[in-house]
Amino acid sequence: MSIPETPTVGNDEPVKTPEIVFGVRDLEVYYGGFRAVRNVNLDVHMNEITAFIGPSGCGKSTVLRCFDRMNDLIEGARVEGKILYHGIDLYDDRIDPVEVRKRIGMVFQKPNPFPKSIYDNIAFGPKLAGKKGNLDDIVEQALRRAALWDEVKDRLKKSAMGLSGGQQQRLCIARAIAVEPEVILMDEPCSALDPIATARIEDLMQELKADYTIIIVTHNMQQAARVSDRTAFFTTEVNSESDTRTGVLVEYDMTDKIFSAPADERTENYVTGRFG
Amino acid sequence: MTATRDYTNLERELVEATLSRSRRIKNRASSIWMLGSVLVALIPLALVIGYVVMKGIGQISVAWFTEDLPAVTRRAGGGMGPAIVGTILITLGAAIMAVPLGILGAVYLNEYGGKSRLARAVRLMSDVMTGVPSIVMGLFIYTVWTLTFGLSGFGGALALACLMLPIVIRSSEEMLRLVPDELRQASYALGNRKWRTIVTVVLPAASGGIISGVMLAIARAAGETAPLVFTIGAARKLNIDLFNGPMTALSVQIFGNAQAPYAASQARAWGAALTLVAIVFLFTVLARIISARIARKHNA
Amino acid sequence: MGSSRRRGDQLFSKLALLSGLFVLAILALIAFSTTREAWPAFSEQGFSLLFSTDWVPADGKFGALAFIYGTLLSSVIAVVLSVPVSLGIALYTNEAAPRRFRRPIVYVMDLLAAIPSVVYGLWGIIVLAPFIGPVYSSISSAVDGIPVLGWIFYGDSGRSFMTAGIILAIMITPIITSLSREVIATVPSAQREAAYGMGATRWEMIRSAVLPWSRGGIVGAVMLGLGRAMGETIAVALVIGSSAQITSHLFEPGDSMAAVIVNQFGESSGTFRAALIGLGVVLFLVTIVVNVLARSIVVRFDRRSQGL
Repeated sequence: MSIPETPTVGNDEPVKTPEIVFGVRDLEVYYGGFRAVRNVNLDVHMNEITAFIGPSGCGKSTVLRCFDRMNDLIEGARVEGKILYHGIDLYDDRIDPVEVRKRIGMVFQKPNPFPKSIYDNIAFGPKLAGKKGNLDDIVEQALRRAALWDEVKDRLKKSAMGLSGGQQQRLCIARAIAVEPEVILMDEPCSALDPIATARIEDLMQELKADYTIIIVTHNMQQAARVSDRTAFFTTEVNSESDTRTGVLVEYDMTDKIFSAPADERTENYVTGRFG
Repeated sequence: MTATRDYTNLERELVEATLSRSRRIKNRASSIWMLGSVLVALIPLALVIGYVVMKGIGQISVAWFTEDLPAVTRRAGGGMGPAIVGTILITLGAAIMAVPLGILGAVYLNEYGGKSRLARAVRLMSDVMTGVPSIVMGLFIYTVWTLTFGLSGFGGALALACLMLPIVIRSSEEMLRLVPDELRQASYALGNRKWRTIVTVVLPAASGGIISGVMLAIARAAGETAPLVFTIGAARKLNIDLFNGPMTALSVQIFGNAQAPYAASQARAWGAALTLVAIVFLFTVLARIISARIARKHNA
Repeated sequence: MGSSRRRGDQLFSKLALLSGLFVLAILALIAFSTTREAWPAFSEQGFSLLFSTDWVPADGKFGALAFIYGTLLSSVIAVVLSVPVSLGIALYTNEAAPRRFRRPIVYVMDLLAAIPSVVYGLWGIIVLAPFIGPVYSSISSAVDGIPVLGWIFYGDSGRSFMTAGIILAIMITPIITSLSREVIATVPSAQREAAYGMGATRWEMIRSAVLPWSRGGIVGAVMLGLGRAMGETIAVALVIGSSAQITSHLFEPGDSMAAVIVNQFGESSGTFRAALIGLGVVLFLVTIVVNVLARSIVVRFDRRSQGL
């Protein structure tokens, strides 16, 4: 399969506009024979925060993991449809997932620092990429951007495992930033944190938005309403014949609209708390 | 920084060729190393089993199992009967001593001792005892039993029991730990006492795993040589009395015949090796089948 | 009736406790009874038992240094040969192999571990030793005159330190593999994802996430393998060559503590026999130290890797 010069969607509408980072087209994800997600179509805009919400099991994390090809690591996982990154299909055979993950960083549900020093955690990505330049500066810059520098500058050589949960999560954000990605994917980044630590991360996201495109999966509707520019609502459909559940994208729009005047009844039920 | 990003070369950059050469080579080399290691380990397994089967199969006959060892070992003839019987009797004797004791020890560790200091000491010492060389066990039994009571199959069984005991304790404890607490509480709620709960609920629930661990311990003990050399002697004729007079065993026969320069002795060693490997594999495979069946039951 | 039931409970718990204490009793008894039997040799020979190389039973000289050297050298060769292979297999099964290959690999390792050591010894003395002697000889002449290499890879004896090391390596590979595999399995998948998420290749992920996390356990596994190699008797007795010498030449015959005990026990008596049992005591102590050390390293590294 070759990459078309000017990638187009089915209806020949060009998608290579500068402000669109990702174009998702008819995305379906399978685990073995089981279809976990179907019918996802959406555009992710540059320098915005896009939130994925929905009840658990609706496939929002699965879709998120398609953007940096983390699903490749699961044996038997298969992706159909297209994810266009600046017009280039990420699932083209020739694309190297390692290169993709360098440009598209990820922050996970539970903070997962390496059992190394704070400094080595941040320096890990730049070292991999063989970054030239002063590593100390890169580490400091990343920690400053993640609003963690003042708290850790005197203990850079200490183990990252000694930090609090909220600090660990900001360290993981700093670690992702140090690779200089364009996009940061966040998979329920605050679910393991207390409200104060959560607020700090939310503030941080607002600052990072100027330079990065952020996609966040959250089970917390208020969080989506607070931080995001656009929101996608997913839900599950029960397949009556096989008794399995498949996630579907119900509605995708500006966050204001999703929370005040959703077009779909299922969205309205969910955001008003009547369901899920 | 985002504003100045340049996407003109993005497509080329995302394709494999942009990953630095050395990173790609290292990744490829690591894959070759990992897969190569598996192949390297297969070579000795295939060679040893191949030789044992090839050279041993010619020895196997009815007489092999029934006849006594020959008086003159450099000539062909005779059988391996006393050694086969010896291996089976001595190993069984060891199992009869070590298995109940080991399971009770595991019950102490998991059901009574828990995290107490004494239990931790017993656990550590069981681990340490697993690492005590088998020849030391042989010398130990030589000093406390053989010196006083003379060579006998029972001495060998004692030495093998010492080897099996820590293995049985630790593997049984692992299995007891997997028994969910809800089962114990359900039994207590019915008014069962603790010991009845352990005997009628906990042990049966863990029985499959315990049996599988016992099988592996038996397989390991059956193949041991060093503990027997000092304790059972070297009988040529069949002796089924564990407590009186020297016996012999397959492993001891392999050891003795392997060093002899005669073709007939070496052939006898290969035959004994095939017989021993068959016995040991039988127990190993049985253990695997039992534990696989349990795993399936748990998953269902 | 109620009190007799309660007595049943007490009886059972006592019985279980006694069984647990049995392990401690046996270990203590091993140390006591073997030391007592070996005492004539210890008191007569003193430290020369450990530090002299003169082993002449007919003259009443029992210096075991050469055997101690042989035990250490053959075990170290075994570990050096086995660790890369064991670690490779452990990483392959846990990190690289397709799921359907994992179980067969574990089975193969089980079989490798199940083969009795005397069978490895038989194969080693009859098949491997005659084959490998000429190989040693050609390696030896190839590196002749080169410093270090020429001193180490010298000799042409099929039964030698090296052959013992190879056989031991085969025997400890399943042990190190299965213990390492258990440790690697405890690496949280969040760690793997963190590394992959930063754009690491599989190898970089293994180096940065899997190995640091499991380093302590792997060191412990290797030490347990070392302990097993040092105590292994029969296979070594058959292939090491039974020659009491201290040399840097790996392709020459040597001897180990365990091999000397089993090979010379039958013809020994008096102080000679006491000295052989004394070697057993030394072996016992050394393997206990190695085992305790291995376990404590595992525990300490586990704590550190979790930031405690």
